[in-house]
Amino acid sequence: MGMIYCDYNATTPVDESVFELMRPFFCDHYGNASSRHQLGRIAKVAIEEARNKVANAIGVQPEQIIFTSGGTESNNLALKGFAGLIPVSRLVVSPIEHASVRVPAHELAWLGWELKQPRVNSDGVVDLEDMAQLLTGKCGLVSVMLANNETGVIQPVADVVKLAQKSGVLVHTDAVQAFGKMRVDFDLLGVDALSIAGHKIYGPKGVGALVIRKGVDLMPVLTGASHERGLRAGTENVAGIVGLGEACRLVIERMNIVETHLKECSGRLETGIEALGGVIFGRKASRVPNTSYFAFENIDGPVLAARLDDLGFCVATGSACSSGKTEPSPVLDAMGVPLHLARGAIRVSLGMHSTIADIEQFLSALNQCVSSLHRSAACA
Amino acid sequence: MEQNTVNLPIYLDYSATTPVDPRVASKMVPYLTEYFGNPASRSHVYGWTAEKAVENARNEVAMLVRCDPREIIWTSGATESNNLAIKGAAHFYKSKGRHLVTEKTEHKAVLDTMRELEREGFEVTYLDVEENGLVSVDAFRSALRPDTILASVMLVNNEIGVIQPIYELGEICCQQGVLLHVDAAQATGKVEIDLQSLQVDLMSFSAHKTYGPKGIGALYVRRKPRVRLEGQMHGGGHERGLRSGTLATHQIVGMGEAFRLAREEMGVENERVRYLRDRLLAGLVQIEETYINGDLIKRVPHNLNVSFNFVEGESLIMAIKDLAVSSGSACTSASLEPSYVLRALGRNDELAHSSIRFSIGRFTTEAEIDFTIDLIRKKIGRLREMSPLWEMFKEGIDLNQVQWSAH
Amino acid sequence: MAYSDKVLEHYENPRNVGSFDKDETGVATGMVGAPACGDVMKLQIKVNDKGIIEDARFKTYGCGSAIASSSLVTEWVKGKTLDEAMTIRNTQIAEELALPPVKIHCSILAEDAIKAAIEDYRIKNESLPQVSAE
Repeated sequence: MGMIYCDYNATTPVDESVFELMRPFFCDHYGNASSRHQLGRIAKVAIEEARNKVANAIGVQPEQIIFTSGGTESNNLALKGFAGLIPVSRLVVSPIEHASVRVPAHELAWLGWELKQPRVNSDGVVDLEDMAQLLTGKCGLVSVMLANNETGVIQPVADVVKLAQKSGVLVHTDAVQAFGKMRVDFDLLGVDALSIAGHKIYGPKGVGALVIRKGVDLMPVLTGASHERGLRAGTENVAGIVGLGEACRLVIERMNIVETHLKECSGRLETGIEALGGVIFGRKASRVPNTSYFAFENIDGPVLAARLDDLGFCVATGSACSSGKTEPSPVLDAMGVPLHLARGAIRVSLGMHSTIADIEQFLSALNQCVSSLHRSAACA
Repeated sequence: MEQNTVNLPIYLDYSATTPVDPRVASKMVPYLTEYFGNPASRSHVYGWTAEKAVENARNEVAMLVRCDPREIIWTSGATESNNLAIKGAAHFYKSKGRHLVTEKTEHKAVLDTMRELEREGFEVTYLDVEENGLVSVDAFRSALRPDTILASVMLVNNEIGVIQPIYELGEICCQQGVLLHVDAAQATGKVEIDLQSLQVDLMSFSAHKTYGPKGIGALYVRRKPRVRLEGQMHGGGHERGLRSGTLATHQIVGMGEAFRLAREEMGVENERVRYLRDRLLAGLVQIEETYINGDLIKRVPHNLNVSFNFVEGESLIMAIKDLAVSSGSACTSASLEPSYVLRALGRNDELAHSSIRFSIGRFTTEAEIDFTIDLIRKKIGRLREMSPLWEMFKEGIDLNQVQWSAH
Repeated sequence: MAYSDKVLEHYENPRNVGSFDKDETGVATGMVGAPACGDVMKLQIKVNDKGIIEDARFKTYGCGSAIASSSLVTEWVKGKTLDEAMTIRNTQIAEELALPPVKIHCSILAEDAIKAAIEDYRIKNESLPQVSAE
């Protein structure tokens, strides 16, 4: 489309090698994985190969993987699935969670769960002391994301697990935005469940997984035939699952690109943004090396995004799921960012196809937009 | 396209799933790698392009079933659509009543969801079907109570292909103020669906039964009069708050194109499929002691479900490994339980076990049908040669009078 | 269901399918199982005047493992005395055919069929003078 795409946190293109593996499963190996004949068995084998790849990438056994329709379903399954099998008690969910965690949490509050939110510091990190107060014996379940979709700030999930283990609290982490941008090891984190999505890691949309610890049980959200060991009914999306598997394999293969190239690109980008007077949210926190969330005083985010779009750059003004709404991001609100600055929020998220040359072009375009918007603001 | 030679195995399992039509696949591909935006992205052209493709597809789905595109909600497939329709309506209307009605030959996604609601305190009536697999309209009428909030009856049965009297059931539901949900996963492209004339409130669709991709489906939610649902998948508020989750653009585009092709081609295609089915039927009924399961008239032309007496089901499947067919629904065939659908028709375990579902589709050829008839005749003959039951039957022994050893 | 090569081989080329005239001298029949259980095995043996099973036939209504189990035992009983045939155990059949746990019942049925046939032979021949010195 002749645009420079800087919105990889919203979604990613499907990698060519992922697509090549998916392709035969549309028109040739089209069997239903539940069918007993040859075409069914081919599909079943492909699903199990993909399950192995996902398991390898996260450091678990294949039987710990439940395939879903995406991150939202994985998060719903984790929260409602755990909550369905333990006594109604306290549920702790950070205020910076994705809507697919926050909204199910509110649904559970309707069913009698005591919903509590820990504080978040000004850099967007969940406050562990506050967390410790909430994770007492009355608490049954906690959900804290591994990396935030807007700021890219990495959350102290392993520390939350240590606090939770003292009182036997189940821990879920939404790793949809973290996976592929940092090393993710299920056992090192120590969580009970972890969500991933295909389309954030150069896999297809419409597929994801929930990884669960051995021995923990869930109540299914989708009921029907006994797919996925009875935990998730519905004919398997074979091509999607094959794509997710390959995308997971690539995550591991390409981690060095993230840790060197993307880090370099982001470094150059943020130096440039700050030189233009931009404020980077979560600047002091540890972040995934592709996400820069920033604002300029007195410049409206959607206006700046539209100008950048005119100049050929795709950026986001908040998380993609809520960017249709005009209210400022709840993440920035939780961080205590003043409203006038929050309204200016722009998210640039880089990916495998981003280059240093793109960054230089972007900074020059940003300079142009910011100076002209500042001028028009001064005239008004 | 007609060939004299056939490639093995012959796929006659179009009711389990269909290949993606190559025309559908070619529409999908650019949305994986090129126009890959998130349809929810509002600030750039990648997002807008994806959103436009999603809305085009919504129109196509709506046009096949004659509804307003705003009445179509995307889901991950018919299982999710059935879950959303049944749980969503039951939860929303539970203050009105706690009774639901369905029938015994529904898909597991409906039956299991009903069981789940029973655990939550709802009461469910599971209607028997007649010997031909059809729901009795009178029995349905008498099952409705003042506290009934929802009935769920499938349009086309997945195992035996019979078409339920949805039009009549809809009128009854409408008179009684009961919502009607219809699982139409097996119906699209096979029977005309006109939601302008049907009194149906909720209808589930699947793409992969109609030459679209797996992992995508839709739910029709009637607007006038408006049907309310409690969402089951919570999050970013996609699909008017009824179903959150990033929309899988390529999948949706695939479903739209598949449904467009169904709308344009079903007339001609169904006649061709009917010709093939009738040819298969004519060939198989010449075999002694075969029983057709389900009504032959009120039935989609794609389906033929036959029980072969005195032949054991699993050995039959082994014998016909050159045919990709189902013995029972694809979703349950991993277990050795006899098909609950055939049991509901009153078939005994033996006949239920020895049933084969042949489902014919877009790419089935006449040569494949002829090969199939020939193969089935030979294999049934061979297995019956080996069957002590066949021998006894031929000797005139009534097997029902035999004292079988306990085992 | 994955079948072992040996099961497949017996299924494709079953040995000794057929029936003897059940009233013929020396012929005995064992019929076990029930249609409702999904397996019926009919095993026939032909015992010569030395008390040795000189031939066997089977017919089976059942899965591939049931067919293979009965085919196998027709081979195994041939040339054995009744007492020797009585020692055939289902575990040997299951091992020979590499039956998975869910198919063990097929081998049990085959063992039962041998016993039933021998039982039938003994009942039929009770009135007759014992041929072999037991």
